Amino acid sequence: MTISIDSKDSNDKSLQPKGWLRYFSFSLDHKVIGIQYLVCGFLFYLIGGTLASAIRIELASPISDFMPRDVYNQVLTLHGTIMIFLWIVPVVNGAFGNYLIPFYVGARDMAFPRLNAVAFWLIPPSGLMLVASYFVEGAAQAGWTAYPPLSITTPQSGQIIWIMSVLLLGGSSIFGGINFIATIIKLRRPGLKLMQLPMYCWAMLGTSLLVVLSTPVLAGTLILLSFDIVAHTGFFNPVLGGNVVVYQHLFWFYSHPAVYIMVLPAFGLVSEILPVHSRKPLFGYTTMVFSIMGIVVLGLVVWAHHMFTSGTPPWMRLFFTIATAFIAVPTGIKFFNWVATLWGGKISINSAILFSCGFIVNFVFGGITGVALAQVPFDIHVHDTYFVVAHFHYIVYGGTVFIIFSSIYHWFPKVTGKLMSEKLGILHFAITFIGFNLCFAPQHWLGLNGMPRRVAEYDPQFQFVNQISSVGALLMAISTIPFLVNIFLSIKEGKDSGSNPWNALTPEWLTSSPPPVENWEGDPPLVEEPYGYGKPIFQEDLSKKP
Amino acid sequence: MTTLDSSKEINKNDSDVSEHHEDFRMFGLITFLIADGMTFAGFFAAYLTYKAVNPLPDGAIYELELPIPTLNTILLLVSSATFHKAGKALLKNKNSDTQKWLIVTALLGITFLICQLFEYFNLPFGLTDNLFASTFYALTGFHGLHVTLGTLMILIISWQTRPKGGRITYQNMFPLEAVELYWHFVDGIWVILFIILYLL
Repeated sequence: MTISIDSKDSNDKSLQPKGWLRYFSFSLDHKVIGIQYLVCGFLFYLIGGTLASAIRIELASPISDFMPRDVYNQVLTLHGTIMIFLWIVPVVNGAFGNYLIPFYVGARDMAFPRLNAVAFWLIPPSGLMLVASYFVEGAAQAGWTAYPPLSITTPQSGQIIWIMSVLLLGGSSIFGGINFIATIIKLRRPGLKLMQLPMYCWAMLGTSLLVVLSTPVLAGTLILLSFDIVAHTGFFNPVLGGNVVVYQHLFWFYSHPAVYIMVLPAFGLVSEILPVHSRKPLFGYTTMVFSIMGIVVLGLVVWAHHMFTSGTPPWMRLFFTIATAFIAVPTGIKFFNWVATLWGGKISINSAILFSCGFIVNFVFGGITGVALAQVPFDIHVHDTYFVVAHFHYIVYGGTVFIIFSSIYHWFPKVTGKLMSEKLGILHFAITFIGFNLCFAPQHWLGLNGMPRRVAEYDPQFQFVNQISSVGALLMAISTIPFLVNIFLSIKEGKDSGSNPWNALTPEWLTSSPPPVENWEGDPPLVEEPYGYGKPIFQEDLSKKP
Repeated sequence: MTTLDSSKEINKNDSDVSEHHEDFRMFGLITFLIADGMTFAGFFAAYLTYKAVNPLPDGAIYELELPIPTLNTILLLVSSATFHKAGKALLKNKNSDTQKWLIVTALLGITFLICQLFEYFNLPFGLTDNLFASTFYALTGFHGLHVTLGTLMILIISWQTRPKGGRITYQNMFPLEAVELYWHFVDGIWVILFIILYLL
């Protein structure tokens, strides 16, 4: 293992292709890798979104007429896996983390640039492999959870490709996590204290700890599962004396923290965006930091709340219910702080802050249903129904994906030096917000009335509500059009943004847009107050704002 | 507010690149080993749960003998000590001694693997015989994979510490220190594995 970072690297960088071509090279520049993560993730988002549309078309009628049942199972498995492992996790960690963290710690690159490039370049091949598994004897059909014995008994080649792909993506995630921890802890600019870091650094530190501690357990579990499929061992096969509940424990030991891996970085990003656009310091910095760390610790000990119907003993139910309810406390503190940040601020209504506020609304709703689901009697009633689907999508789509869009609107001027069209952005927000709520809010009702998830057919009494949901999904699909048009128009003929169009104080705005290869022309600046809005030196800027 | 000047400290770090970076390469390795340790923790947790809730079916054979694993434990513990010796010798700039100790360590690792294979061939159960048999082979096999990789890395660095033209010297000790840490980690895992699989 030789990762030598010496002066040779900086020479390499100046030799690398310039312009858009650099995004197709094995670049070591953290900014290029960040954009590679983002664009690659977005392409997979389009694939996953197409699959989601297929699901909603199928569910517009109670019989399986649009596709056969086994294809429906493959589609929902691929949809879940692609959206989680190839869109949300890489983008919200890899893309924004790589782009922003070196700026925030005052460094010129990540701690291990080569490991960083390796982590990214594992993603496109494993993603393509996953998508291509449709063309063997069918893709995996066991859902993104791959519960045995279902995953052992369904066609095997698709399932094995699924396992290989998720293992590689997990490896990529671990490499990324190691890199982020080393960068944040070890590569901080001299003089910069931990408690002066922008909140996204803390969020990424917490997330990376979760990645490093929990992803390897998933890897081990999937290795055992692949033994069950290929070598016919019986780890999780009850016929051979195995124990399926052990799989569920190990799987959720990763996959519950995975929810925080998807949502903690979004918490960090929204903490960067809100103060800038409301011209106020972030409310309660210290409580934010402790909430993040509280979520990290609690997030590791709540996994069995996914398994209340798996024969868990009463003491386990009691413990995991209480631990899960406790997570609402640090999360609630964070929401209080964001609302307090907005309170009385000079809010400029633009696409970035609209998506952030949409996030707050959606996530609070998803959080409330989450607390409800943590209660055993309620959970047993709605387990494996559309209520869970609705809750989950309120967290990951209404929460994280809204923040991904918010962040794209916020940092687009930094990456390209161009402003985005606010009109198209607000149109994008309006269609997404309406479409999203139209799609997923009715599913709470469906779940409470007993419509099971992951089944292509349903009782005809649910048809009308399902059609409302499908219309919402259609709106969500349409909402990508103004977004893509906006991106391409703005890159081509957007107005020049200048280096700091938002008058922001975080370090990435103190260099030119787009930033030079080594981030700063001179030495990295020491930003002691990344949220010092409203201080005398900025009164002038404030008075210019409407 | 924003201070643009502390060029002194920055430049000091720039001129001292090798030492500065060596530091967090080790940090990165430790983080990786924690992650690797969590994989083993998952396996151990699965094994202990099976032991607690899944009884061995009637007529199934799952019996382990102690002599070979005990010998293996001693082999690995001794190899940790010989590796440590190699590091000490390099600190004194005695590359040929380092190389000798490394080769001894690698031989101990190879002996361990041979003993492990000998045990595999003489056990009365196979991979798919029952749950505990499968878990036993998965755990020891995954550990054996780590020993194999470690042995290969020791052979590589023992070539790289050759007195003439080797890239590892007492000024550039990181590759040796990294493999040493990894080797101690693999030994530590074996001790836990020995206690859980054979003694419990």
